[in-house]
Amino acid sequence: MSDLQDAPVLLLAEFDTPGECLHAAEALRDAGYKDFDTHTPFPIHGMDAAMGLGDSKLGWIVFPAGLMGAIGAFTMIHWMNNIDYPIIIGGKPAGIASLPSMIPVMFELTVLLSAFAAVFGMLGLNKLPRHHHPIFNSSRFASFSNDKFFVSVEATDPKWNVDKTKALLEGVHAKHVELVYDDEEGGDELEHSSHASKGHA
Amino acid sequence: MSSWNLPIKELGEESLVGEGVTFRSITETVCRVTENKAPRGWWIAFLIAANFTGVMTLAIAYLFWTGVGVWGNNAPVYWAWDITNFVWWIGIGHAGTLISAVLFLFRQKWRTGINRFAEAMTIFAVICALVFPGIHVGRAWYAYYMMPFPNEMSIWPNFKSPLIWDIFAVSTYFTVSTMFWLVGLIPDFATLRDRAKGKYRRMIYGAVAVGWRGSNRHWQNYERAYLILAALSTPLVLSVHSVVSFDFATSLMPGWHTTIFPPYFVAGAVFSGFAMVMTLMLITRAVYGMRSLVLPKHLELMNKIILVTGSLVGYAYAMEFFIAYYGGNDYELFVFKNRATGPYWWAYWTMISCNVLSPQVFWFKRFRNSIPVMFVVSILVNIGMWFERFVIIVTSLHRDFLPSSWGYFRPTLVDIFTYAGTLGLFFTAFLLFIRWIPMIAVAEVKGVLPEADPHHDAGDHGEHALVAGHAQQPASAEAE
Repeated sequence: MSDLQDAPVLLLAEFDTPGECLHAAEALRDAGYKDFDTHTPFPIHGMDAAMGLGDSKLGWIVFPAGLMGAIGAFTMIHWMNNIDYPIIIGGKPAGIASLPSMIPVMFELTVLLSAFAAVFGMLGLNKLPRHHHPIFNSSRFASFSNDKFFVSVEATDPKWNVDKTKALLEGVHAKHVELVYDDEEGGDELEHSSHASKGHA
Repeated sequence: MSSWNLPIKELGEESLVGEGVTFRSITETVCRVTENKAPRGWWIAFLIAANFTGVMTLAIAYLFWTGVGVWGNNAPVYWAWDITNFVWWIGIGHAGTLISAVLFLFRQKWRTGINRFAEAMTIFAVICALVFPGIHVGRAWYAYYMMPFPNEMSIWPNFKSPLIWDIFAVSTYFTVSTMFWLVGLIPDFATLRDRAKGKYRRMIYGAVAVGWRGSNRHWQNYERAYLILAALSTPLVLSVHSVVSFDFATSLMPGWHTTIFPPYFVAGAVFSGFAMVMTLMLITRAVYGMRSLVLPKHLELMNKIILVTGSLVGYAYAMEFFIAYYGGNDYELFVFKNRATGPYWWAYWTMISCNVLSPQVFWFKRFRNSIPVMFVVSILVNIGMWFERFVIIVTSLHRDFLPSSWGYFRPTLVDIFTYAGTLGLFFTAFLLFIRWIPMIAVAEVKGVLPEADPHHDAGDHGEHALVAGHAQQPASAEAE
């Protein structure tokens, strides 16, 4: 542990049930904390409200992408079959009047571009993939993906105070509270190599 | 107040998992399959499947070397097993997205036990399907001409052709299904990463888990992405087989030129897809001890869907006949009489007995819950659905307008090897999937446990439901 810096970067509290985790999030929200998060094996209903989060922005990314798919497909077909090399087939004119035959491809490309936007937009909003995060330095954190529920408070929070924050987390019945330190690996994500989940072994 | 936010127990439903299942036991049951050594049966099945894949490769190599004449297709039956197999595989590939998207939008939470499995099956079935349009074009090295790609003849694809719509529909379907599946896998890969003992497992699962740390700020966008993908995939899954049916319905062939085709094809696709999920699920559930996560209730619900879609398909068969009679078109009526009583009568009646008659046993609860019965019916349904496509394609073509050109299609060995080989390809991919990837969606199944509800504990109600106007549940929902 010699490469650890002095100041902790976050406080990590462990809970056994989703209900306790939800209460802790509410307590932090009501105390005015902003830079905190919960880490759970599955999404918990009501957690967004408990943390005081607004709605996801993802729809604002997907809608323009879907619109682009529809317009792009129309433009492509119109230019290829009606302008660059007009094809008259089945008595259907090489023009806008043949719009019905463009619908299937317009629909498919709308769906395709929207789906790409949904997936990559989600990863982008979440800032993933991410090589390392200091939270993985906690040896207990690995069980977040099994059966434990965690709350983390980051040192960047304006209300951050090691003793007071710790007391608050203990006051909402955390099973275990620990300070997590950054190391040189996690300091600057993606700049240092080695494996993704240091601290697990 | 929608019932979506209410805990399952208050909807009057029983638990969706077996007795004594906990968060930890779900992780353990599903993940250990990928961590323990593969059982001997896995290796035997894998070697057989891999050999079949090899046979397919050789059959396709011979086809490329010699030409499509190695198949039984000839005047007047220019489409035969190639398109039959394509449509059959695409149909099987419909259950996955139906389960993951349509049932998700309808809040059918029982889908969590089977969705991963069905989505994987979808992707592999679509891969098998995509083999056929690629190789049936004769000179397969020009298959890229199907895409709108600038070429030396300065000519573009004809976008008024349903065959081009098909290219876009099937490739979009494959891409979107794969993305949907991979998004669902991210949290489960994180579980495997966090359990990994060896360095390579940790690196590989760490890479595919993209640094997932279960953050609620991430879950929020993740769930929204999942919802949007489900909303996009629902019309998509209906469009794909509709577009496949346009390949036939927009032609002027008697027997193909009918408006009932799109809904009829979609119902058939869901029917065969559920049957294939059932066949595979029954085997893996028994072999890998997943009985506590895939309950008899799941199987019974699937049997009900098989019964509904099978009856829809039966209705379509009857309606086609009625319209052929009522429409007053001699050629149309001839094709349908010829289907049922002509040289291919055996194929037609195999189709009717497998698709329409065999699922009717599911009207009885005893048979809906009998594993041997559902196993046999699921296999019969897939045989029947293959014959359905064969009947539609071959019987409509083999006696065309000019009696002097009538013929009788017989498959060659190369036809048979290619088809059997795609079954090998499917099972090879499937066996690799159950070996390396969590076959049940761990995070989603945890989410439907009663304990997953934050208000599960009796003494746990309280202040938080009243705070801040965003509280999602009324106080009455919390009282038990």
